[in-house]
Amino acid sequence: MVELEHVNIQLGGRDILEDINFTVTEGEFIVMLGPNGAGKSTLLKLLLGLINPSSGLVRVLGKTPRRGNQAIGYAPQHRTLEADVALRARDLVGFGLDGHRWGIGWPDPQRQRIVDQALAEVDALAFADAPVGQLSGGEQQRLLIAQALLANPRLLLLDEPLANLDLNHQREIVDLVTRVCRGHNIAVMLVTHDINPLLQVVDRVIYMAHGHSTIGTPEEVITSSTLTRLYGSPVEVIHALDRLFVVGAET
Amino acid sequence: MFEMLQYPFIQNAFLAGSFVAVVAAIIGYFLVIRGLTFAGDALSHIGFAGAAGAVLLGVDPLFGLLAFSVGAAIGIGLLGKEIRERDIAIGIMMTLALGFGMLFLSLYKGRAERTYSILFGTILGIDKTDILVTAIFSLFAIAVVLILFRPLLFISFDPQVAEARGVPVRLIAIAFMILVAVTVSISVQVVGVLLIFTLLVGPAATAIRLARRPLAAIGLAVALGLGYTWLGILFAANSTWPVSFFIATLSFGVYLPVRIFSPFWRARSFPFWRTRRPGLREQRSGSTEKSERLPTSGEQERQAEVPAASHLRR
Repeated sequence: MVELEHVNIQLGGRDILEDINFTVTEGEFIVMLGPNGAGKSTLLKLLLGLINPSSGLVRVLGKTPRRGNQAIGYAPQHRTLEADVALRARDLVGFGLDGHRWGIGWPDPQRQRIVDQALAEVDALAFADAPVGQLSGGEQQRLLIAQALLANPRLLLLDEPLANLDLNHQREIVDLVTRVCRGHNIAVMLVTHDINPLLQVVDRVIYMAHGHSTIGTPEEVITSSTLTRLYGSPVEVIHALDRLFVVGAET
Repeated sequence: MFEMLQYPFIQNAFLAGSFVAVVAAIIGYFLVIRGLTFAGDALSHIGFAGAAGAVLLGVDPLFGLLAFSVGAAIGIGLLGKEIRERDIAIGIMMTLALGFGMLFLSLYKGRAERTYSILFGTILGIDKTDILVTAIFSLFAIAVVLILFRPLLFISFDPQVAEARGVPVRLIAIAFMILVAVTVSISVQVVGVLLIFTLLVGPAATAIRLARRPLAAIGLAVALGLGYTWLGILFAANSTWPVSFFIATLSFGVYLPVRIFSPFWRARSFPFWRTRRPGLREQRSGSTEKSERLPTSGEQERQAEVPAASHLRR
């Protein structure tokens, strides 16, 4: 699905990512972890073809990444939509289907059916006709995932879908993404700060820090020794209350 | 009241005013959802300098308006996405243009009415050629908006996804700003530079609070814009007060109650899905296998205290 070999990325003369190597296989659930500024969103942009590597090999579905790849669904870091924008939930989701086409777009029963199907997939049919500005953060996040699913992607890139959500809503999104990943065999790469809501469902973890990354199962990666090596300074992983806490180095 | 309609200058005003009202309402909708209302207003002020320069040179002010505002539109379109930084840059460009406008006015030795009419509009003095020019530019702007419609909405609400999907975000943003410049230039004839907000932003801002989807909001904005313009001309024709005053007053008079009461109206109009939500959530959380792992309040507090990796964030 996704292959990176010795990838380096420089932006504005600064090394953002150095010697990144990993492979993602079909239907795999990958979580990308790491401190702010570690290059997680940059990596997603690389896969979307929005930026180019300064060196190294990148393959997405066997090809060099390019914009407008229908096989990739993408939900960027969410910004809350303002209350008054005269846009319904189904309009937002519909962008995923034909937002890139010219013209107004006339009402079409088949289009409506596809959008309804995507809304049903994320349990959003109940508020399909509500103005997006009135929906909660979790509900808006579900719409963005529905939008990303519309083009029947084989790879789903989600940037911080759990940010600013309470625990119940986080669980709803995790369940939804797991269902999409397992039910439709769509590979998922999800960026987050907190692995705990995802520990039970994730296949492998990409941990990024200081421009470097390491990939493996959570048991392999989120350990004191691996993270200490990655950060280059002492890091302690603490297991408590069925959860993992990463404590340690100042960056 | 309606016998005034038989006069040709009133008919001309209705024709030109209608074109401007329609195109300003459509462009205004996108201006509001893109958060570019300040840029729209600035374009008119920058256009003023062009108009003053044109008057000084003895050519039609419309051409000066178009030249300056289209030039500024391309500049604004090329500016970054960061709103705060962008508005500062626009503001500085605008004051520079206004400075030149003042210079051109002070150099101009002709009649003061010409510059006065740029500032406040001259709809009742419009002739057949003006109408033709207005019609051509209006139809052009409307046609381009119809073509850009879906990608323009997409980049307004979801620029990052639109870019990933291959939409030429920057190009469409610049094309749209040029349309704003054209709209501003022809609107100046009706309401003048200083009152451009009344036709450009007033109807769209009101419609967005009442309608639920883009096409409905645009349709309502057009209806409001036409209503303000027609009533404004009609009232002005029957009094000694100017058209711009009536249009501005009507625009404000409708916006104010909508602004105050739309939150209540909104809250009442969607109870059907708000009330269904708790049931939906119960059913969903009950169906997940991890529901017995629901965190205790202590666990929630703990998570708030020490989210994983948060110590490593700068």
